Formats: sequence, C-alpha cells, structure tokens
Amino acid sequence: MFKIVKRRDLTPVTKLFVVDAPLVARSAKPGQFVIVRIREQGERIPLTIADYDPEAGTVTIIFQEVGMTTRLMGELKEGDELLDFVGPLGQAAPEVTEGNVIFVGGGFGVAPIYPIAKQYFNAGVHVESIIGARTKDLLILKEEMETVSHRLHVATDDGSLGHKGFVTEVLQRMIDEGQRMDIVVAIGPMVMMRAVTEVTRPYGIKTLVSVDPIMVDGTGMCGACRVTVGGKTKFACVDGPIFDAHEVDFDEAVRRGKMYAEEERRANEACRCGGGA
Amino acid sequence: MAKVKEKRTPMPSQDPRERIGNFDEVALGYTVEMAVEEAKRCLQCKRPTCLEGCPVQVQIPEFIALVAEGDFLGAARKIKETNSLPAICGRVCPQEEQCEIRCVLGKKWEPVAIGRLERFVADYERLHGEGDDIQRVPSNGRKVAVVGSGPAGLTCAGDLAKLGYEVTIFEALHAPGGVLVYGIPEFRLPKEIVRAEVETIRKLGVRILTNVVVGKTVTIDQLLADGYEAVFVGSGAGLPRFMNIPGENLNGVYSANEFLTRVNLMKGYLFPEWDTPVKVGKRVAVVGGGNVAMDAVRCSLRLGVEEAYIIYRRSEKEVPARAEEVEHAKEEGVKFKFLTNPVRILGTEDGWVKAMECLRMELGEPDASGRRRPIPVKGSEHIIEVDTVIMALGTSPNPLIAGSTSGLETTSWGGIIIDEETGQTSRPEVFAGGDAVTGAATVILAMGAGKRAAKGIHEYLTKGS
Repeated sequence: MFKIVKRRDLTPVTKLFVVDAPLVARSAKPGQFVIVRIREQGERIPLTIADYDPEAGTVTIIFQEVGMTTRLMGELKEGDELLDFVGPLGQAAPEVTEGNVIFVGGGFGVAPIYPIAKQYFNAGVHVESIIGARTKDLLILKEEMETVSHRLHVATDDGSLGHKGFVTEVLQRMIDEGQRMDIVVAIGPMVMMRAVTEVTRPYGIKTLVSVDPIMVDGTGMCGACRVTVGGKTKFACVDGPIFDAHEVDFDEAVRRGKMYAEEERRANEACRCGGGA
Repeated sequence: MAKVKEKRTPMPSQDPRERIGNFDEVALGYTVEMAVEEAKRCLQCKRPTCLEGCPVQVQIPEFIALVAEGDFLGAARKIKETNSLPAICGRVCPQEEQCEIRCVLGKKWEPVAIGRLERFVADYERLHGEGDDIQRVPSNGRKVAVVGSGPAGLTCAGDLAKLGYEVTIFEALHAPGGVLVYGIPEFRLPKEIVRAEVETIRKLGVRILTNVVVGKTVTIDQLLADGYEAVFVGSGAGLPRFMNIPGENLNGVYSANEFLTRVNLMKGYLFPEWDTPVKVGKRVAVVGGGNVAMDAVRCSLRLGVEEAYIIYRRSEKEVPARAEEVEHAKEEGVKFKFLTNPVRILGTEDGWVKAMECLRMELGEPDASGRRRPIPVKGSEHIIEVDTVIMALGTSPNPLIAGSTSGLETTSWGGIIIDEETGQTSRPEVFAGGDAVTGAATVILAMGAGKRAAKGIHEYLTKGS
C-alpha cells in the first residue's frame, strides 16, 4: 500500500497527490511514469511522474478526473492509500545540458513537462515554456513552471490569462520572430501534440512528444500501447513514452486511444461516482 | 494379480455446452475411487522409465503406489519432495510428451494417467491435509533475490528456502504467480489453486514483494549491493511477437498476452463489476497453435463470441498445444483452420478489424525446428471475416533486465545465456531460467530450470566453505 501524504486540488478536476513510494522515488527520472491501481477490482492506469524526492521517498502524480478510476481517486484524502503503485516505467527524457529548449504544455500535460523542464533548467539549458488551458482556472503549475523557465508564456482559449488562443499560436509567433530553438518538447492532449508537431515540421525543429496510449501491465508484456513511430511498431511503455514527434503516426494513436470509449462510458455510468466536470 | 485395465480411468469434465457459458474449471478431477482404480493400473516397474520424462524428477511409481494403498497424504508428501507446485503441474504439464509417453503400459494400451493422479493427490491434500507438515528450515542468514514469481521463480525460491536461504521474490505485477495468474485462464487453472501454492511457498519463509519491476524500480546490481549474495532471474516471457503484416495495429487486434491479461489477471469477463474492459466482438481469429492460442480462443468463447477460429500455418500434427487443450477446444466448438497463414488484416473506414486475408500452406522439407516447413500455396488468398484478431505467436524476452545489468550476456534474440547445468549466467552471482532464457516454453520446463538454478546457486554459495 502506498500512502497519499499530501493532496492538492489544482483545479476542480485536476488533483495532485504526493505518494509515499521510496523505491520508485529512488529510481525515478523525468519523463517516466507509474502504473496505479486503487482497489482490488480496479484497472491499472498509467500516470506520468510530475515530481519526485528521493530523500523524502515520495513521488508526485497529477491526474485529471476523466474516467472512472481517476474519479474514484479524486475522492481519496491525505492519509488514504493507493493499492498498487509501480514504477518508474518507460524511458527517461533524453538528457540535455545546453542550448535552447521550448516546452509546450497543454492542460494537465504541464504535469509531466515540469520535471523535465526542471532538470534541463538546472543543467544549464535556456528554457522557455508555453503552458495553456481552456481557461485560467484550469491552468496548472504556473508558479512551478515559472521557477524552471527563463521565460513563461501562458495561453488560454478564452483569453482569461495570457494569450487568447492556442499554445501553437504562441509557438508559431516565436518561430516567426526568429527565436532560437534546438528542441521543442510538447506534452498534452493528442490533438495539441499533433498541432505542435505540424507547426515545427516545416522548420525541421527537433520535437519530442510523450504519448499516452492505453496500457495494461506497463512493462512490455501486453503490447496494448503499440504506437507506430517512423513506420515501425513501438511499445510506448518500454520504448517510450517520449518519441520523435515528426515520426509518430498520430492518426493511428488517436484511433487506438478510442478503443474502449464505449466501455469507458458504461463504466462511468455504472459507477455514478460523482465528481468530475 | 488382476489383469491390468487397458484403458485409463476417464476424468469427469463439465459439459461443453455448459462450460462455454462460464469460467469454472473444465476438468473436474478424479474421485477417491477413480484415483485408486487408476493407480492400480501402474505396473510399478523395477526400472521405471516415466521418471526420465519429468523435468522435476517426481518419484512417480512411489507416489502412485501410495495412492493405490489409499495413503493420499503420503503420496502428496512424496511428490512435494521434488515438486513444489503439484496442483499446478497436474493441470498444465504436457504429460503426454513427458512422463506418460514413457509409460510401459502405453506401448500396448493407454499409459497410466500420471497427470490426473498428481492433480488428485495435490487437490486431496489441499482439502484434507493438515497443512502443518511444512517444515520451515532455520535461516542460514544468507540472502538470495528471485526476479519474477512465475513457475521458475516460485520453484527456485521454494527450493532455496528449504536449504535455509532468506529468499525475497520481486514481482512486477500486483499479484504473484506470473503466467499462472495473468496467462492461464481460470477454467484451466483456478486462481484459488495458484494462491494456495503461493501460500505454501510463503510458509517456507519466502518473502514476496509485488509492484517491483527489476530493471526499473531496482536493478540487479543494486540488489547485489543491498546484500543479496545471488540473484535468480525468472522474469518470463516478455514482449509479445507480432507478424509485421499490414493492419496489425487496427483496433481489435490483440496480442494473446494482452487479451489473456485483461481476462485473467484483470478479470475483464466481470466488467463492469471489475474495472478493466475486454472486447471480443462476434467473430474471433486466434493466430497460433500453442497452449496460449488455445487459452485465448477458449476465453473468447466464454466471452460470448459466435465464431472462434484457430489459424495455424502448419498441420494438426505439428500443433504444439497439449492434446487435452485441443480436444477441449474442439468440443467447445472452436473451428480449426490448419495450413493457413494470415497475410494482412483488413479494417473498416474508422479503423476497426473487419476481416483477415489468408493464404493456404503446404508442408515442405523439415526446418531448423525439425518440423516440416509451411510453404504458401500460390493463388490461395482468401478472406475470413472476423472483428477481432488475437496474435498468439510467442514472445521475445523482456529487455529490461539484460539492458540494466552490466556484463549479462544474451543471445542475438535477447535470451539470457546460461550454463545448462547450473543456470549460471555470464555474471557469476546471477542465475537465470525459464522463458527469460528459452523464449516461450512450458510451466514445467520453467520449474525444472528454477530447480536446477536453486541447486546451482547453493553450490555457488557454499563452494569453498
């Protein structure tokens, strides 16, 4: 069992847990993820690591209440325990120690961005970040991102904070202004990552995305998380989850992500677990 | 002496029409009377040949003699001298190609049903035994780590605990048992039995830590630095193989590993009471001819599909699955398409499987495996309409351990290289066995490997002392 030592509500539907998991904390690296299960009959869900503290033995996860499991998780309090918490899984983000990196985070995709940005910032990379959400109240980790970015841009769809519009528009403007960027790291909803990928493609700017496919075991055993990258099938759980964006078959990834849409709807109805938006 | 019965005592099983509507065990096991009757068929050969076929050296004639005398608990003790998981072996071993094929009776009549007797004895002990005959050996204070709680790991851990080692098993999943819980379905191996056998291993003093992925959560080098003097790697199957044909990433294409894990470990057949869904549609094709393929196709029937096919590129003679599984699958209405090989999977506009295009095959000269090589028949393309495809083509070893352990040598396809006798790898303190070494094989071969490695580890750790 893995104790929730701290809970913070980042938005009405986005929650942060600091979880007591010393072994995971000891080995975690930015870009990796964990698999969580909350009850005996529960499913295994992947969540990216948002932060970790090897000394305190804790790992931070951030989740949005979108499905049944995350809604049930949203009802847990400090001191409650998660049944299973396994990781760190997947490959760490590539190590970068110099140059200019632009981070683009959409929605709760800012969560996995943060530890990577922190690592790069501390290693001496010039970091600029663009974070976005539908509206100001759904924006997460703004203060944290400010501490690990030389410059932080904000975009909201409704213009309630920062640029009115999409994160891609801010990125495009930066490109148009001739800003130097060696790598763009984009994490967020699949549509957003795809949009960023199309913005950078014509300029040949190296772009990394972290895909979030359906997983079961998370250790390479089941192959549910197949993603086509550069024409080859990769397992996101062992080969990823970070891939070269310009090689990813996003159409397939989006389609595969919907494989259980119908069942998810049924489960949500059956559980009537409240919460959520 | 009474004349030996020519035919073996049949084992009762659930009616095929009924059982495809449930996940309860198919084979029901012998009664006391049936077991005694079958045990009396054993000739008690002076120089028994059946023993040679058993990877874990079960003292077959001796335990059968005890069954014939009605001393079932004595028989259980006899088996357990060499086999820590008899209830499992009695159910999933391919006895017809191991012990039973060597039974002298089989030359003329039917061989003694050794597997059924082993199963009976183990079940009898579970239900009627005192459970107090497990002797915990005093600790010798030396720590050994075991990676994986499948058949190889459990056997190795059990044997080492009996020698006094302090054994910790590290399991990646949330439940111990490996393939016994995620792979083999409830109707062939009830999970209650796996739990009981795991409990027995725990009672020997073995500690099992779930949710630890060795190679990720901790490395083998960290374990050795943490005071473990040797490590056994029984990490199992690893990554599922696909055919690399067009359409394999359509929605509705599973690896057998994923499908079976959803059904067995995650209890997908109880969705939405249990949270993990599994989808099968109406017509399923399972590609492959091994036990895993039979398990997958029979699970799909129980999930309510209307048509279930096995697509296998060789002929029925080459099918690697246990004879009983093939027989059960046929009884349950599975359609076998032998000498058939998929060339592509066709999808609907929105990306779901709608059919599979296949070629007919014929058998040519024997290949490296000694089996006749299947060769495509020109112009034999044909379409099979299905909405789910399950690939049961075996696995390649998981790279997590080899990739995170310096100096651990592997074959070109990623299997860990060991000394066959001792299980020792290129790292002297690291031993390995089971599918991580051989690629996809059987439960009993993995157990045999775990057993040899336990002996190898003991020799390595006591050498010179």
